Amino acid sequence: MSTPYTLRAKHRRSALRTLAFLSPWLIGFCVFFAYPLISTVSFSFTHYDGFSPATFSGLKNWSYVFNDYPLFWPALRNTLWLVVVMVACRVVFGLGIGMLITKIKTGVGVFRTLFYLPYLAPPVAATLGFVFLLNPGTGPVNSLLGDLGIPAPDWFTDPSWSKPALTLLAVWGVGDLMVIFMAALLDVPKEQYEAADLDGARAWHKFRYVTLPNISPIVMFAVVTGVIQAMQSYTQPLVAGKVASGVIGNSGQPFEPGYPDKSTLTLPQLVYNLGFQRFDYGSACVVALVLFALSMAFTALLMKRRGGLIQAGE
Amino acid sequence: MSYAVETPKTPKAPEAPEAPAATPAARTARRKALLQWIAVHSLGVAAALFFVLPFVFLLLTSLMDDQQTLTRDLIPHHWAWSNYRTVFEVPGFLTWWRNTLLYAGLGTVLSVVSSVPVAYALAKFRFRGRNLSLMLVISMMMLPPQVIIIPMYLFWARQLDLSGTLWPLIIPLAFGDAFTIFLLRQFLMTIPNEYLDAAKVDGCGEFRTLIKVVLPMARPGIAAVALFQFFYAWNDYFGPQIYASDTPASWTLSYGLESFKGAHHTDWNLTMAATVLVMAPVILVFFFAQKAFVEGVTLTGVKG
Repeated sequence: MSTPYTLRAKHRRSALRTLAFLSPWLIGFCVFFAYPLISTVSFSFTHYDGFSPATFSGLKNWSYVFNDYPLFWPALRNTLWLVVVMVACRVVFGLGIGMLITKIKTGVGVFRTLFYLPYLAPPVAATLGFVFLLNPGTGPVNSLLGDLGIPAPDWFTDPSWSKPALTLLAVWGVGDLMVIFMAALLDVPKEQYEAADLDGARAWHKFRYVTLPNISPIVMFAVVTGVIQAMQSYTQPLVAGKVASGVIGNSGQPFEPGYPDKSTLTLPQLVYNLGFQRFDYGSACVVALVLFALSMAFTALLMKRRGGLIQAGE
Repeated sequence: MSYAVETPKTPKAPEAPEAPAATPAARTARRKALLQWIAVHSLGVAAALFFVLPFVFLLLTSLMDDQQTLTRDLIPHHWAWSNYRTVFEVPGFLTWWRNTLLYAGLGTVLSVVSSVPVAYALAKFRFRGRNLSLMLVISMMMLPPQVIIIPMYLFWARQLDLSGTLWPLIIPLAFGDAFTIFLLRQFLMTIPNEYLDAAKVDGCGEFRTLIKVVLPMARPGIAAVALFQFFYAWNDYFGPQIYASDTPASWTLSYGLESFKGAHHTDWNLTMAATVLVMAPVILVFFFAQKAFVEGVTLTGVKG
């Protein structure tokens, strides 16, 4: 029989134990998340170049970014383009590959490995490779297309093709989606397919009325995480733009981001451009907060219970 | 695009169609199965070409001499294996390897060690604020690094004077990494509570339960998160760009690779050889640890 006193002691001990187990993360959360996030908000209202002391400037940075910074709207448009097109292509293609792999009977291990490998390729290496492969003059892809008599686009050097080229690169690395779709497809109850067979359902109807309803939470998960990823597009567009434009690597020489013609500019690149090239930390923080608002909106969607995407409790 | 060059092989059928059929219906069914087998595998080969051909082209280019990269021929005229030696002789290349291994290796150890207890508490303890903590972990995981980079940079560079090194990237990993915590938590949820209760009946405290019972069972999950963390650091471009861009001695492979095109050599063959060398370890490790990877990716999405 526990008296109230020992019960309370037990509670306190268990609270302390929980605290002890969580402590690395609690410190990390405060120092590397909460504090810098609050600082970002306060910086966004100050004029600060990193040298002279920061001064309060009200909404001046906000007005500058939205009204006078010539890269903001193109970057936002490009980011939204990537969010829509890249995510759609990745989900559709990833689902297709996932379905294909569940149908393959012979050598499934080999196929799965081959489909998965590009997902692992380091982004800088993959981007460099694609800029070379899609090089309009001497790249092997355009050579092959030329041999087949197909008019080949200029990819990373044509403003209207640079984003499709980035999308192609993203679709190439669809291995992660293949794996989660494959797992979801294998979980669809067999009896439902058998029942559909008895009803004389064709392939399309089976997909529409059996497969899709069963995997829709995973499709939703792929869409939302894909949107968050696409919104953060940084390395690939930056490296593609720099290498395609012939800027000498990272020699420190200033470069006009977004080559060709601002078409590969994304929001995260603006934070770098404003903060670390123009030393306008205040305005950089404004862009950072726009990015934050967009990301958190989609993260909230991801965590909404009804979608069954990521459940907090069990 | 690469679909255009598909050359589907017609592999051997699983069962001979000429086998004496019992009924015409059975024969039609078997023929249908065979046709489906051929269609699925042709499609598989076409898709495989799309995924594999870029690697093949990169490899071939890395073995050309520098003039040939400017021509349209795909097969090297003479196989210039010496390109790989030349890449290693580029000043800095070996330093980038060392830095990358330091960042990825030390970072992975720190992040796993500090994340395991947190993930365990989130998976198995009942306490007030547990759901809130998990939501905060997920928010941290989804936060673009650019959102907090300005104050973080000023903190590391101005207050601690550590810019020009990789420490601003490594030290935070000693305080748990959100993605590692989340993935491990997903994995630990799958360990049945009965094991933990049995340990407690035997008189183990939580810490001993974690070490003696949970860790041995969590080995596949830990392998998965360790690999993800390692490759995250291996692939990281933004972090080294912010903290180490002015200090070539602190560059990592992913960051240095981009400078390779231009600063040292404009030759595509050498650039592609370096690219292959940066990709190779990732692919090699994957072949030894496929299961852990696939497990990890599945955990992010499927199991609640």
